[in-house]
Amino acid sequence: MSPLGAQCEVSFVVNGEARSVLAYPMERLLDLLRRQLGLTGAKEGCGEGECGSCAVLLDGALVNSCLIPVLQAQGSKIVTIEGLAQGSQLHALQQTFLDCGGAQCGICTPGILMAACHLLNTKPQPTLDDIKEGLSGNLCRCTGYSQICEAVAEAASHGDDG
Amino acid sequence: MKAEQIVGVAVPRKEGQEKVTGRAQYVDDITLHGMLCGATVRSGIPRGKIKKITFGPGITWDEFVIVTAKDIPGKNCIALITDDQPCLADGVVNHPEEPILLLAHANRYVLPKAVEAVVIEYDPLPALFTIEESEQQAEIIWGTDNVFKRHQVEKGDVDRVWAKADYIVEGEYRTGAQEQLYIENNGMIASFDRQHGITVWGSMQCPYYVHKALMRLCDLPEDKVRVVQTETGGAFGGKEEYPSMIAAHAALLAMKSGKPVKIVYDRMEDMAATTKRHPSRTRHRTAVNREGKILGGEIEFVVDGGAYATLSSVVLSRGTIHAGGPYDWPNLRISAKAVATNAPPHGAFRGFGAPQSLFAMERHMDHIAGTVGVSPVEIRRRNFLKTGMTTTTGQTIREPIDLDQLLERGLALSDYRAKKERFEKENQRGTRKKAMGIATFLHGAGFTGSGERYLASVVGVEGCADGRVRVLVSSTEFGQGTKTVLCQIAAETLGLTYEDVQIAQPDTDEVPNSGPTVASRTVMVVGRLVQSAARGLQQTLIGLDLLRDRYSRDEFRAACAKYVAENGEFKSWAHYEAPPGIFWDDEKYRGEAYAAYAWAVYIAEVSVDLTSYSVTVDDFVALQEVGKVLHPVLARGQVAGGVAQGIGFALYEKVVWQGGRMQNSQMTNYIMPTSADLPPIRVYFEELGNVHGAFGAKGIGELPIDGPAPAIVNAIEDALGMRFDSIPLLSEDIFQAMTAGSAPRNESGTPQGFR
Repeated sequence: MSPLGAQCEVSFVVNGEARSVLAYPMERLLDLLRRQLGLTGAKEGCGEGECGSCAVLLDGALVNSCLIPVLQAQGSKIVTIEGLAQGSQLHALQQTFLDCGGAQCGICTPGILMAACHLLNTKPQPTLDDIKEGLSGNLCRCTGYSQICEAVAEAASHGDDG
Repeated sequence: MKAEQIVGVAVPRKEGQEKVTGRAQYVDDITLHGMLCGATVRSGIPRGKIKKITFGPGITWDEFVIVTAKDIPGKNCIALITDDQPCLADGVVNHPEEPILLLAHANRYVLPKAVEAVVIEYDPLPALFTIEESEQQAEIIWGTDNVFKRHQVEKGDVDRVWAKADYIVEGEYRTGAQEQLYIENNGMIASFDRQHGITVWGSMQCPYYVHKALMRLCDLPEDKVRVVQTETGGAFGGKEEYPSMIAAHAALLAMKSGKPVKIVYDRMEDMAATTKRHPSRTRHRTAVNREGKILGGEIEFVVDGGAYATLSSVVLSRGTIHAGGPYDWPNLRISAKAVATNAPPHGAFRGFGAPQSLFAMERHMDHIAGTVGVSPVEIRRRNFLKTGMTTTTGQTIREPIDLDQLLERGLALSDYRAKKERFEKENQRGTRKKAMGIATFLHGAGFTGSGERYLASVVGVEGCADGRVRVLVSSTEFGQGTKTVLCQIAAETLGLTYEDVQIAQPDTDEVPNSGPTVASRTVMVVGRLVQSAARGLQQTLIGLDLLRDRYSRDEFRAACAKYVAENGEFKSWAHYEAPPGIFWDDEKYRGEAYAAYAWAVYIAEVSVDLTSYSVTVDDFVALQEVGKVLHPVLARGQVAGGVAQGIGFALYEKVVWQGGRMQNSQMTNYIMPTSADLPPIRVYFEELGNVHGAFGAKGIGELPIDGPAPAIVNAIEDALGMRFDSIPLLSEDIFQAMTAGSAPRNESGTPQGFR
C-alpha cells in the first residue's frame, strides 16, 4: 500500500501516552508505529494478516496492525508489546514465556504475547484448546507451540490476567 | 570451585528479556542516518540471453541509484564452494528469480513501481524443471552433463546378494521442496567509506560466509570488510547462504551511492527467490531373507539443486550417508547425484539432505515388513545397527547404543501395541481411520567427513577487567539457544556463575571464525572449543600463581581482574583438532563420516477422515539419544519445533511450481501448521553422553525433522491400506489416490495437477 496523497492529523493513545501525528490516511498502522513512533516491537512477517507478528491491541481488540489503515486508529487506545511490562516489572506472560521456553528466535514473540494477553483478558482460565485457538492467528516456526501454550497456561494459573 | 551445576540446568535465555519486551533489534528495526532502501530487479524467465534493458517511462530515473553487473569491482560471483553463481546476471539468466539489476531510493514506496518499469528483453532458451528432464539432457544447462556432484558408496559385494535373496523389494520415494519460513524475512544493511571499507549488518547464520563473499565481490582485503549479525528471527538453514547475496547487493548500492542502504525482502520475494529444501527422488532395491534380514541393496539418491551449485554437493553428501538409516547393511551400493534445473538454487534446510533420504529408507522399511510379513517393529529390530557393527561408510559404532531398548521405550511411551490393536478393531467401521506409524533413524553431528578439519574453527574466551569473561565466537543465535548454551559451557568449565559469562555479538571485527552455525555442530564442536579456550584462561592464571588449582568464583574474578589490570588484554584461543584415530576418505566415501550420531525413535498416531480426506496427527512421541542434554528447556524446544516442521513437510507444505517459479509464495497459500493443527509433541531423551562433545553433548538441531514425515506416512498407509511414497501428502492427494485407485506420483518438487 503506497501512502500517497495528503497527510492528515491522527490522534490516539499508545501505551498510555497521548500522541498526535501527521500521517497518510491509508498508511498501515504497523508502519506508523515502527517508523514514526519508533515502536519496532511489532514486526512485519507477511504483510497480509496471516502471521500475526504485527499484532497489537486496538481498543482492547487483537488486530494485525499491517491490515489497519492509520485513519481507523483515530481516537483509539493502542497497546503494543512495549506497553506490556510496567517499567522494569515484566508482565506475568513475559515472565512465563522466559521460564517455559516460549520465545526462541523471538520474532513472533511480541505478536504472540499480545494475542496471549488478549486471550487472558477475555478468558482468564483458558483450557488448552482455548489457548491453541486463541493463538492460532499467530505463526511460530521455532517452537511447535508446545512451550508457548505451557507459558500461557502457567501465566493463567498465577491468576494474573494482566 | 562452586558447587552449583550450570550445565544440564534451565538457566534463563541470555537474550530472553530483549525478546519478550520487544527491544531486540532485528535488521528491519535499525535505521541509519541518510539510509536508502534497495530493491532487486529479477529475471522473470527461467533461461535465456539478455538482449536489452530499458528504463521505462513515468519514473524519474535520475533520483535512483542503479547498479548492474558492470559496477562490481571484483569477481561477479557469490563465493561459496563453486564460483558459478553470479551476484548480478551478466548477459544470461538461468532461473526466473535471478537478480539482474539493483535500485535504491530514499523513499521505499516508489521502489516497486520502478522495479516494474525496468523492461528486460530476452532471447529465451529451453529450460529444465524436473530431475527427469535434467537427466535426459535434452539441454545442457550446467557443466557437461547437468550434474553438480556425484557420490558413490560401496560396502561389501552387492552384486552377489541378489541370488541369495528370498525377496527383492523395490520402491521409489519423493520429497518436495520446502520453504524454511522463518518469520523474519531476509534483510541486510550496508554502508561504505574509503577508510573503513564495507560494513554490513543483517539477519544471517554465517558471518564469515558473508565476509568471504564480500571480499571476493568487492575486491577488498580482509580488514576492509566487516560483517555484523543482528538479532535473527529464525533461519533453519535458510540464512546460511542467501544472506551473502543480499549483503552483496546492499554493499554494491552503498558503494555506488555513498550512503547506507537497507534491503529487506517482503514475504513474497523471500519465499520465491531464496533457497528451499532440495526436492528429491530415492530408489531402493533391497535383497532380504525370509526372516526379514537385509542382505544388501542398491540406493539411488538424486536431489534437484536448481540453477547453481551452491551447497548441493554437501547436501547430497549428508543425504547419501544417511540413506541407509540406522541399519546394518552387509552389502550396499549408494549412487547419488545432485542435478541442475532452471529453478532458483535449492539450499540448506534443517536436516540437509537427510530428511529426504531417511523418508525413503523409513517408508521402504515398512514395505519390506509388508513383503516379508513381519511387523514394522520387528523388521527394524532385525536390522538395527549395534555396537561394534559398521555403518554404510564402514564407520564402527563404538558407543553403547541399544536401539532395541530405545524402540521398546518408544513403544511403551506411545502405548503403541494396545492402541494399534484397538484401532484395527475400530477401523472396521466408521469413516475415521486411525493408525500408528514408526520411524527409527540417526543423525550425524558436525560437518561431514573431513569437513571440520577444513573448517579449522577458532574460538576465543576473554577475561575482562571486572573479572568476568566473554565468549568470542562467530556462532550465531537464531532461536536455538547458542548464546545461552555456550555461556553455560564456559561458566561450568571455569567454576563461575552463568551471570559471570557474557557472549559477544558476532562481528567479524571482534570474533574469530568458529565456522558456520549449521550442521548441528555448535554445541558439540564449538562448545568443546569454548571449553578448551576457557581452560586456557584458567591455566594462564594458575601458571602465573594468580590462582590456586582449587579456587572460588570470587578468587577467579579477582585473579582475572588483576591480570587485566597488569597486562591488558586477556584472551585465550582454541583451535579445532580432529579427534585421534578418525579417518575419512573423500574419494571412496569411506570412514568416520561423523564424530557422533544422535539416535531416535519417533511414533505418530494419526487419523484420516474419509469424508474430508484430511489427516490429523493426534499424538506424537519423539524419543532420542542426543548425548548429554545441556539445557532441558531449550533441547525440548528444539525437538518440538523440528517435529512441527516435519509435520508441515509431510502434510501441509507444498511448493507449487510453474516454469521454475514458486506460484504460492505467500503465507496465505503456502500453509504451515498453526497451534490449532498440532498434536501434543511429547519429547523424551536418553543421555548416553559423547566423548567428542562439550560435557558429553551431541548435535540436536536437525535430528527432529528427519522422523515425522515417514512416521506419519507409515501410519497413513496402515490406516488406509494404500501406499503413499511422495510428500507432501495433502488431503487432495489422498482424495485423488483413493478415488482414482492409485497413489499420485509427483515429479521432482512439482506437485501433480499444477503443471
